[in-house]
Amino acid sequence: MQSTRKIRVLIAKPGLDSHDRGAKVVARALRDAGMEVIYTGLRQTPEQIAETALQEDVDVIGLSILSGAHKTLFPRIMSLLKKKGLTDVMVFAGGIIPQEDATEMKELGIKEVFGPGTTTEAIIRYVIDNVPERS
Amino acid sequence: MRRTEEIIGGVLAGDRRSIARAISIIENEQPEAHEIVSAVYPHTGKAHIIGLTGPGGAGKSTLIEKIVREYRQEGKTVGVVAVDPTSPFTGGAFLGDRIRMQDLSTDEDVFIRSMASRNYPGGLARATKNAVKVLDAAGKDIVLVETVGAGQSEVEIIKVAQTIVLIQAPGLGDEIQAIKAGLMEIADIFVVNKADRENADKTVMDIQAMLQMNSKDKVWKPPILKTVALSGEGVPQLVEKLWEHRRFLEGDTEHKKELMKATAETELAEAIKEKTASSILEKLKREGKYEELLQKILKKEIDPTSAAEKLLKEKPRKT
Repeated sequence: MQSTRKIRVLIAKPGLDSHDRGAKVVARALRDAGMEVIYTGLRQTPEQIAETALQEDVDVIGLSILSGAHKTLFPRIMSLLKKKGLTDVMVFAGGIIPQEDATEMKELGIKEVFGPGTTTEAIIRYVIDNVPERS
Repeated sequence: MRRTEEIIGGVLAGDRRSIARAISIIENEQPEAHEIVSAVYPHTGKAHIIGLTGPGGAGKSTLIEKIVREYRQEGKTVGVVAVDPTSPFTGGAFLGDRIRMQDLSTDEDVFIRSMASRNYPGGLARATKNAVKVLDAAGKDIVLVETVGAGQSEVEIIKVAQTIVLIQAPGLGDEIQAIKAGLMEIADIFVVNKADRENADKTVMDIQAMLQMNSKDKVWKPPILKTVALSGEGVPQLVEKLWEHRRFLEGDTEHKKELMKATAETELAEAIKEKTASSILEKLKREGKYEELLQKILKKEIDPTSAAEKLLKEKPRKT
């Protein structure tokens, strides 16, 4: 029986990076896996991302960034999420994020970093396995 | 996770997190949904609820963004519910209406929620009506509901909105004639967006012709407006018309009373139907020859309606 609970995912592109093909591919894949995906387009500020996550009450946020600005933007995003009380949202990231930064990102609270070559199946699997329970 | 009372209190105080949680609970049909809707219902009825529909590509989201800005300039608070279709095959949805409205997301007096239809028919989601109630109770002056209205069946919006705006654009491929009676009859305001295109005036004339053919003796004569959403041209006039319709609805108290009674009756009937249908279905599945008849339907030995009749006539098995 189909449960009415759907996984709601925000796919966001922070910063000035305008490469959106990856984000769109992931968004469509998650949709095809039965999730409701909110895609907000390019050039999102951390404030826009955090506020969108709040209004849309998402379970998961996927941050896509290829410009190298993750070290500046991700801490701001994670801190805003915390400030807004969105501590039960699972955040993952993808794009061009060097392996050596991945640990730092995880310490900020980003659960997983997916590099180029990650299959959409792997991302779908990860989201389904790690989406936080709602009481 | 906050308790239901906290969420209700938060909604009535206009707290955005509470509004978001309340809408989710309603969408997911969680047990607390009933309590929340019950608690906020007495606080509804103040917002102007506007439905915006029309074919994809007409520029609805871009236009909505401009409309919201205009209302904000007037000092009004706004809620937006943007509905997109759920895939009947995967159950998923791509909710992209926010893309055009994202500059508004950090305005604290604008609340935008994307909603998937979850296969509910008619262009809305089952939860849309109650989500609108939450935004109304939270104190939003205006609530805009955006739906996809490409076909003739997208008239669910009339059960939710007080003012219905049909947005068209020239040269979208579907001729005005293809817009079936339903949408043409329920729209209170017609908008031809992308009016800077060449055939915009022809589109206006086509709508005029359709309206003349369909003209019943209406007190409110639906105006046809031209807008260019990208530049904002025509938007102040559109908002002025929205206010005019609002005043018209407020003024015509007889008509308004009838409308409200009809709406309440529909909502009550639907609620009764839903509750009885699900409890009867549960009972039949448990006690009746449900599986057996299902197999017979698959083998084409009986049609579904006759099977239903059989099930309903059956005396319950003694367990």
